[in-house]
Amino acid sequence: MTNLGIHLGLLLVLPPLLLGVINKTKALFAGRQGPPLLQVYWDIAKLMHKGIVLSSTTSWVFVAAPVVGLVTVFLAGLLVPQGPFPAPLSFAGDVILFAYLLGLARFFTTAAALDTGSPFEGMGAAREVTFACLAEPALFLAFLVLVRLSGSLSLAGMLHAPLTISATVEAAPLVLVAIGLFVILLAECCRIPVDDPNTHLELTMIHEVMVLDHSGPLFGLILYAASLKLFVLGTLLLHVLFPFQAGPAALDWALYVLELLGLAVVVGIVESVMARLQMRHVPYLLTAAMLFCAFGFALLIR
Amino acid sequence: MTSLLDSMLVMVLVLNLFALGSSRLRAVIQVVALQGALLGVMPLVVHQHISPAAAGVSLATVLLKAIVIPTMLMRALREAQIKREVEPLIGLLPSMILGAAATGFAMVFASGLPLADEHTAALLVPASLATVLVGFILLITRTKAISQVIGYLVLENGIFLFGMLLVEAMPLVVEMGVLLDLFVGVFVICIIVNHINRAFASLDTRRLAELKE
Repeated sequence: MTNLGIHLGLLLVLPPLLLGVINKTKALFAGRQGPPLLQVYWDIAKLMHKGIVLSSTTSWVFVAAPVVGLVTVFLAGLLVPQGPFPAPLSFAGDVILFAYLLGLARFFTTAAALDTGSPFEGMGAAREVTFACLAEPALFLAFLVLVRLSGSLSLAGMLHAPLTISATVEAAPLVLVAIGLFVILLAECCRIPVDDPNTHLELTMIHEVMVLDHSGPLFGLILYAASLKLFVLGTLLLHVLFPFQAGPAALDWALYVLELLGLAVVVGIVESVMARLQMRHVPYLLTAAMLFCAFGFALLIR
Repeated sequence: MTSLLDSMLVMVLVLNLFALGSSRLRAVIQVVALQGALLGVMPLVVHQHISPAAAGVSLATVLLKAIVIPTMLMRALREAQIKREVEPLIGLLPSMILGAAATGFAMVFASGLPLADEHTAALLVPASLATVLVGFILLITRTKAISQVIGYLVLENGIFLFGMLLVEAMPLVVEMGVLLDLFVGVFVICIIVNHINRAFASLDTRRLAELKE
């Protein structure tokens, strides 16, 4: 019961901190002091107090999209176990639910972007869907490897498999899946080699351009959902990267939070040392992620 | 032991794909250097007991493949003032897919080979075949002299991997001789690169077909 409480607590409270850590890392790399670690919380709180401006061309989809986006990502977060602890929700086949919860969030975001009728946002929606077409198969191939490794069809069973099967035995496919999942994380969360979360040049944006028309609380929800998505996918990746168990529950939770913050630092470092890829090169990266996961699967069935 | 070896081999295969997919010459050279370093350490992992000779070969391999040769290539790159992009004949993505297909083919092919029992489980044979094939792809699809050197290096890495099967039997002299050959080969090519550059103002090997006074 306490574990469930901590799971929900972390899921609700921690995500914006990850964005804060990423921004701080980037600032340190650039030799700046950077915004305080808790800045994203203040940003969200500020947005929640503002009014909403709605264009007269928009329909209910525009208002529903941020809400649906947040709820679906939160539900996906309930399916992913944190550290060695069980997930609040778990049943055979929830992998597919997980992938399509993220898919539903994306559908509504793009639908809202199209709903505004602005050509810019339509362009962003087209880009988002194009890249998702490549990121989703990669995600499924990664899951395929884990299913094959664990023999379990539930996300909790799959992700705890690296813990039990003594990671040294099947290290090779897991390395490949970890690389693939990291690329998926960067692509899905719109981090730098794929998309720049800070850019304000419409021609180069993917995700940011779709949410240009959202304001006030709606935009706050989008910001929060984005950090939540980073949190959920990061948790997914950590299971493959660090299949370790400390023992006492308190220690395990501490280890998990530290790993997550470490991952945020790594993402920050990647963003600092890499330039954004050209738009036409992004599919290369995603195809490479797909190849890595497929290759891991080939190693397993060899 | 084998699991550590297998993960190192997977890293080698991943680096193959990086070498095929990256568009910067500098990055490709760094990738090949990293691959060479991995290969240099590998005999120590394969050997059950580490003899001073094996340690010496390992050290020489790392020194040569990870430090000396990449430094020479970087120097040639700087001196010849080559454009930094790779400019392959076929696109980067097709060459990556080709590399992945070659890797898959190597796996299928290796599983059909009548190998000694202790080699069937390990990834050594498929990895070496895949690396050789990737070296071929690099050699065929890249037109600049310097990227052909890189293809040659990857090819040699694949052969080195294959030699790892014989690590118990191969005498020290042979390994040192191979390393020396490699070093001299790259050395000569780096000089040639400079000369091609002076004569043609370009490193595109396709233009070497033209006669010139």
